[in-house]
Amino acid sequence: MLLRGSHVYAEAAVRAGCRFYFGYPITPQNELTEYMANALASLPDGVFIQAESELAAINMVIGVSMAGKRAMTSSSSPGISLKQEGISFLSAMELPAVIINTMRGGPGLGNIAASQGDYFQATRGGGHGDYRTIVLAPGSGQEMADLTRAAFEYADRYRIPVIILGDGMMSQMMEPVEFPDPIDPKSLPPKPWVLDGAKDRPSRIIKSLILDTSAMEEHNWKLFRKYEMIEKEISQVELFLTDDARLVVIAYGTASRIARGAIKRVREMGLKVGLMSPKTLWPFPKRYLLEMSRVVTDFLVFEMSTGQMLEDVKLSLEGRRRIHFYGRPGGIISTPDEIAKVINNIYFKEGLETEV
Amino acid sequence: MKKVFGKPKCLKDAVFHYCPGCGHSIIHRLVAEVIDELSIQEKVIGVPPAGCAVLAYDYFDIDIGESPHGRGAAVATGLKRALPDRIVFTYQGDGDIAAIGTAETIHAANRGENITVIFVNNGVYGMTGGQMAPTTIIGQITTTTPGGRNEKRDGAPIDLSEMLALTTGTVYIERTAVDTPKNIIRTKKAIKKAFRVQMAGLGFSLVEVLSACPTNLKLSPVQANEWIGSTMTTYFPLKVIKDKVGKLGALPHLE
Repeated sequence: MLLRGSHVYAEAAVRAGCRFYFGYPITPQNELTEYMANALASLPDGVFIQAESELAAINMVIGVSMAGKRAMTSSSSPGISLKQEGISFLSAMELPAVIINTMRGGPGLGNIAASQGDYFQATRGGGHGDYRTIVLAPGSGQEMADLTRAAFEYADRYRIPVIILGDGMMSQMMEPVEFPDPIDPKSLPPKPWVLDGAKDRPSRIIKSLILDTSAMEEHNWKLFRKYEMIEKEISQVELFLTDDARLVVIAYGTASRIARGAIKRVREMGLKVGLMSPKTLWPFPKRYLLEMSRVVTDFLVFEMSTGQMLEDVKLSLEGRRRIHFYGRPGGIISTPDEIAKVINNIYFKEGLETEV
Repeated sequence: MKKVFGKPKCLKDAVFHYCPGCGHSIIHRLVAEVIDELSIQEKVIGVPPAGCAVLAYDYFDIDIGESPHGRGAAVATGLKRALPDRIVFTYQGDGDIAAIGTAETIHAANRGENITVIFVNNGVYGMTGGQMAPTTIIGQITTTTPGGRNEKRDGAPIDLSEMLALTTGTVYIERTAVDTPKNIIRTKKAIKKAFRVQMAGLGFSLVEVLSACPTNLKLSPVQANEWIGSTMTTYFPLKVIKDKVGKLGALPHLE
């Protein structure tokens, strides 16, 4: 199917058995909300509410998630800021949910152009408290479909909110996509913790207030152990021409697409350059990077921001290798030629053309 | 010996933590009695607020999902839409529902969400220690209105129930109090009717209950209850604010 990115997210969500969507209009992702409005209206068990605010939307997600059903909301940067209260509560109460952020230029109202300025917000928790969310970063229409499906699976498996971090360009781009078979929500395994009325069982409580400090500490450590497990189990990268690479570009989402074009150009000139594209931003694929750093001496982090993922790369490599950075914030889309020039400069400056 | 009075089945064996003279204990009990009498313990889901009543889950032996401050109506919307045949109610204070959660409440009401709201109005922020509430009356002294609430500076007490009555989605809204035995009985009747409105699928129902907070009013329990009757009700008169039940069809008879 040939679909624009925002429709891919929506169709993939419906196929993942999501029957509950709550959203508030914001550019550049309204096509997603509109697609859900249509898709869920035609399903007998579909529920779509245009919420009065992002706060209301994420709290409706909380309610549906408490009832054990798959629910999703989506927005763009300023709206995602508003959802952070709810994301913190989802995390505390260990409720599954999928939240799509189509990033735009910021801070503040910013603009509606594609940007990657929300990396910190997404990967550091985003709201108050000691928590993490899984953050997935698709780089193509196909990955938007696959990672949306994965987002719902991860959310249920780990009882955690999952954020899909895309941008306005990915959401507008039309690409051919093959969708996985649809899941009937009734076929999903029952969740043993949901609120549906205390019939033939003791009553249940889903809450985040834990006044006792020892109990709160234990809850924080419990979440931490879960995050450790997630780090071991799901971190994921995509590699492109890295086998013989002397320089590896690290980029995600739209930036990875641009980097790919740049690498094809410099490869034609004989430069040995590859691409590592993280699919999970949290957990950050540290071990893949460490393994690669055994042979690669130079890394170029390319982001559509002033340098946020850059910090995770630095934290992962702990000064072992040279880390270069190139970024353009504010919704500026670098061209592959521009990145090819950056690569070229670094490559020769560091003498990577000489044989080892 | 014949047992004539007992603890409602859907209250746990726990001692209420509420201050002496606080209305929450009475209102909790009334809600519990209604749940018992309607035989809905197995299908009811409660949504407590942030505020003194956040600990409602320690007392009610029913499924409970805690809401972020003010978002009860949105959380309840999600629960009810996901489980339309369950009975979903929120239990919210005046700060929760009429300040930080105004938008969620008005829009849930306007959509006619088939949920029940128990709105406890005591005119003050209790749990945080006695600050001005949206329903604090003119001249009332709180920790943030040391000279009394001043209409020019602080605005007038807001009548959320009347505002909600203006939306077409609301079916039944009544304001009662728990200051006297007579009013307690009326409150229970109102709560029961509100749940029955939901059970009949008619739409949004709300009972606003004027309730004493002696601790933060700095009055004795008796004085605090007298204050409700003499002063608070001049701003918040006790009455049926809206009742569309007759127009929408009578409630089914109870067994």
